[in-house]
Amino acid sequence: MTMTTTNDLIATAPARRRFGGGDLAGLAVILLVAVLGYFLFPNNLALLTRIIAAALLVLSLDLVTGYCGVATLGHAALFGAGAYAAGIASAHYGINDPLAMLAFGIVAGAVAGLICGFVILRAHGLPQLVLSIALIHLFHEFANKASSWTGGSDGLSGIAPTALLGLYEFDLWGRTAYVFGVALLAVVFVLLRLIVRSPFGMLCRGIKEDPVRVRSMGASPKIALTKMYVISGAVAGVGGALNAISTQVVGLDSLSFTMSAESLVMLVLGGTGSLFGALTGTVVFMFFEDVVSAANPFHWLTMVGALLIAVVLFAPKGIYGTAAAFVARRKEAQ
Amino acid sequence: MQTVLSIAIDALAYGMVLFVISIGLSVTMGLMRVVNLAHGAFAMIGGYIASYAARDLGLAYGFAVLLAIFGTIVIAVPIERLLYRRIYGAPELTQVLMTIGITFCIIGIANYVFGPTLKTVPLPSELQGSVDLGFRAIATHRIFAILCGLAVAAGLWYAIEKTAFGVKLRASVDNAAMAAALGVRTEIVYAVSFAVAVGLAAFGGVVGAELLPVEPYYALRYMVTFLVVVSVGGAGSIPGALVACLLLGAIDTTGRYLMPEFGEFFFYLAVIAIICVFPRGLAGRAKG
Repeated sequence: MTMTTTNDLIATAPARRRFGGGDLAGLAVILLVAVLGYFLFPNNLALLTRIIAAALLVLSLDLVTGYCGVATLGHAALFGAGAYAAGIASAHYGINDPLAMLAFGIVAGAVAGLICGFVILRAHGLPQLVLSIALIHLFHEFANKASSWTGGSDGLSGIAPTALLGLYEFDLWGRTAYVFGVALLAVVFVLLRLIVRSPFGMLCRGIKEDPVRVRSMGASPKIALTKMYVISGAVAGVGGALNAISTQVVGLDSLSFTMSAESLVMLVLGGTGSLFGALTGTVVFMFFEDVVSAANPFHWLTMVGALLIAVVLFAPKGIYGTAAAFVARRKEAQ
Repeated sequence: MQTVLSIAIDALAYGMVLFVISIGLSVTMGLMRVVNLAHGAFAMIGGYIASYAARDLGLAYGFAVLLAIFGTIVIAVPIERLLYRRIYGAPELTQVLMTIGITFCIIGIANYVFGPTLKTVPLPSELQGSVDLGFRAIATHRIFAILCGLAVAAGLWYAIEKTAFGVKLRASVDNAAMAAALGVRTEIVYAVSFAVAVGLAAFGGVVGAELLPVEPYYALRYMVTFLVVVSVGGAGSIPGALVACLLLGAIDTTGRYLMPEFGEFFFYLAVIAIICVFPRGLAGRAKG
């Protein structure tokens, strides 16, 4: 009985429209928010670009945590790998074309994803969590010690991206970086939308629900999850490279435990298992951070903690999840 | 030879402090299946209270330790009643988020109340200086820490293996629903073991203040170490935790002595290697 439902799930997935009207609307909303942001905060485009980079990290985390059910507190490792790869390519090898730097970031993120996936997927539950924390500390220590490559605790400087496509210089206002970031986010969003709807994406959801049943159906959970980890690493690598290109400096904090924990907070705040949830959470959290930490940096951590407790107690589905459930209930009532 | 001895003593003392702090975490995790990331925060609270009592109020060391233990329990029990109870049996992600939220709050509050500086717990004159063993002088405080660890291990072993409460505790760890059906009031078992766990954390935080200095980010900095001990030892196992503490203490201390610039690196590498080889911990059982 249950077998047939799982089969239906996989059989009907390709028959469904791959990229429907709802997705186009979502894309339109993203672009609209991006345009609004451009005109509302013309002096704060650097912050908006940082939000986009963080959003890419959170989307990438959503792929493994929301869609595959892997609890990790070390996801910044993939982001930092992308950022350092793009930065090192520019600072040490003179590869200054932004698109080439981006490619380096994607490859490094994917490789880091492969390594992390290989290690983290070996255990479940608490040991899995501990492995992820140990990994992020290991990456952090490594970047700290290899200071001739990474600049250590001083950060990696000397990143000087040339004009995008040879036409658009990265200006002081961050306009080019912002538009570049929005374009990247839109492309990544469309691709991820296709991936999570594909039979492969459905398989990953199935693994989250019940790995034993998926295995008995003849699929290998481990291979599927490792693949998802590599995809997730590539997405995080895009975010890292964008961060390196736009700020022109890479710090050790991009490989920190705090960054990993914050990205998880953003994801949960928005709602796991949904790309819109990841985006919503990032935007809300980053704006909140910008306002509160400007007002009173001391209480920032307390506020994040209280926020987390409140979300877990009162809105376990996150902002987007709760709103979506509310809308669905209203529709049913009518 | 001298180096080997000092490494051994330091490793033993460090391992024992780790044991005192994390054994409570191990027991509660085995019992309630809660991934409690805030355990280190309770050890930190203990350290702060002891520091305040001994340095600012001028109380004797023994009083300061007692005050730290009871003070921390008084702070922690309402947190357990109000917050932890809601996440028993919840998915791991929920537990992680809740407890990391609690940790962040405690760090923020400690930073606000006590400031970002290091706090010391002044030692009484009997624990300062060193003891001459004939061939080697050893800092008295290290011996004190080792003895405390041994006492806690022996006490816990007795309480769990030989007393009526220990029987109920083991029954609840193995199968909480069945134990409740047989008349064990698991609520009380949970509450008492949580209080004992927090008290031990506070005690370890005070005794280990020389080795793990008390500061606001204590809870985050050592969170990993405590969790590692539990997952390497296997949740709920006292011998497992003891072995894990001594092993990890040895690895960490040796790393710090011989390769100070790469100490942490090898520690985390060893952790990853151990967990990959023993995914359920050294003394872990199949999860029920």
